[in-house]
Amino acid sequence: MTGILDGIIEALELIITGDPVLYGAVFNSLFFSGVAVILAALWGLPIAMLLALKNFRGKTVIQTFFNSLIGVPTVALGLFLFLIFSREGLFGFLGLIYTPAVVIIGQAVLITPIIISIATTALEAVDPEIINLARTLGASESQASIAVMKEATNGLLLSGVASFNRAIAELGVVLIVGGNIVGLTDVLTTAIAQHTAIGNLGLAIALGIILMVIVFSINAFIVLARKIKTLFYGLNIPIFNLEGKNHENSL
Amino acid sequence: MQMWQKLIIVAALTTLIVMAGTIVFFNNFAKRRLIISTTTSLYDTGLLEAVEKDYEAKHPSVDVNIISAGTGIAIEHAKNGDADLILVHSPVQEKIFLEENWGVNRKIIAYNYFTIIGPQADPAEISGKTANEVLDRIVAYGDSLADQSGQTKIWISRGDNSGTHAKEKSLWTAAGYDYAVISAKPWYANVGSGMGHTLNVANQLSVYTIADIGTYLKFYSEGTISLPSLVTEEESLLNVYSVMAVNPDMHKHVNYDDAMNFIAYLASPETQQFIGNYGKSDYGQSLFYGTVQPLKDKAPQPIVGWIQSAAFIEGSECPPQYRNGSAELYG
Repeated sequence: MTGILDGIIEALELIITGDPVLYGAVFNSLFFSGVAVILAALWGLPIAMLLALKNFRGKTVIQTFFNSLIGVPTVALGLFLFLIFSREGLFGFLGLIYTPAVVIIGQAVLITPIIISIATTALEAVDPEIINLARTLGASESQASIAVMKEATNGLLLSGVASFNRAIAELGVVLIVGGNIVGLTDVLTTAIAQHTAIGNLGLAIALGIILMVIVFSINAFIVLARKIKTLFYGLNIPIFNLEGKNHENSL
Repeated sequence: MQMWQKLIIVAALTTLIVMAGTIVFFNNFAKRRLIISTTTSLYDTGLLEAVEKDYEAKHPSVDVNIISAGTGIAIEHAKNGDADLILVHSPVQEKIFLEENWGVNRKIIAYNYFTIIGPQADPAEISGKTANEVLDRIVAYGDSLADQSGQTKIWISRGDNSGTHAKEKSLWTAAGYDYAVISAKPWYANVGSGMGHTLNVANQLSVYTIADIGTYLKFYSEGTISLPSLVTEEESLLNVYSVMAVNPDMHKHVNYDDAMNFIAYLASPETQQFIGNYGKSDYGQSLFYGTVQPLKDKAPQPIVGWIQSAAFIEGSECPPQYRNGSAELYG
């Protein structure tokens, strides 16, 4: 028990004194997951728009496919990516294994289904009249799509936040394809696993505290954003417009 | 063109930019990467991190990247070309690795011992016994347990194809047991992970296990685990660490020059002394001992003789056909 207490005290010291290994992992975590969310949003949004706004054969199959991908174990994805990006693999010639790029791509692949699933639901929830209305008002296809996206802003933001949470809390992909190289590809989760295993409890606890703080603050931000939205409901700021109502005004 | 099509083009371009940017960065602007895949013991004790700092201070243009995984995985990394250099401790696996041409320029750089640890009360009564007797008593004790349902474990194995796991297997074989039979016993548990994790599990469950003395001493003296070491140093528990470069003929892209430079650095008298002194002040004794000078001097005996019989291949630390023109390393 004293060991654990000592660990917590050491953890606080490390957080306060700005331990370079600790904050290196914090920075890597935020950076990798942040870029991964941007990449995944770029991949996921067009697919979500396609699924939400168009009707075509096999749409349900594709939707089901992405929905079930949400549950893929991260280690399985990590192994799959390792086989592809290892020097002996299909893209091995790129030499990307154990670099930040492959970690970011791996996390982006991991969270793309989450983005697609939540964003599709959000876009589908937008009143179909909007797109017709936009067209009658002389909007081009792109302008009409943008109008729909504006209506679904909250759902789209939620998909980004949910996927960021998943990315930053993820261990399998980043450990297998990143290799947990200190100062290069070590992130909060891999560092926690490593330092718990080698008995550096203080550092492990410090990393854990920061990971929890990040995840909690993001969720607190969401709750707060919703609260503010109800406060400013009358102002109808699209970003806080959760239900996609009042579209007549925002158009 | 529709919106989603435009967005897909943007997404594809961004992805390409991220990948291309990384490739360009690592090829032109970053320091030269030297990827070392290593057995967990060298990393978990902190030795390799200390060596890395020292090496990078002396070679500012090189960025040493360490992947700590265990001997079996380190060898797989090297075969895939995902590492430039490996640090391992399993002579049998190393011999095959060299014979299959994956590696060159093997150099024996350090040794210490394996130890067998277990609960203070020592219900199997192994304290002070030789490795063979220890295993006999573990089996006798395990088989005599009332509970043979698999709920009660008394022995934990790394089970990860690491050097320590290979040593454990060879000890069982040397003691006259069939490893396949032993590992199927209900009292035998397999955790499939690194030395640190295995020590933690053994400590939590208060059971016996085999560990390299370096990792064990670090964990024990820092109070992470409380299981005492129950056996003394002997020939059959010798633990020999070697370094090998990945053969550039097998993988054109490996950083062979820096790998060779690193091997020469490890074998240099200063680094050998550094290895021998590492942890002395913190743990009261050396975690590792340098091998280069003892092998050159053929002293002190009997340790040199033990290293030769345990870890030499065809009577040498690296037979001439695997030296790839670096004879000066073996002078």
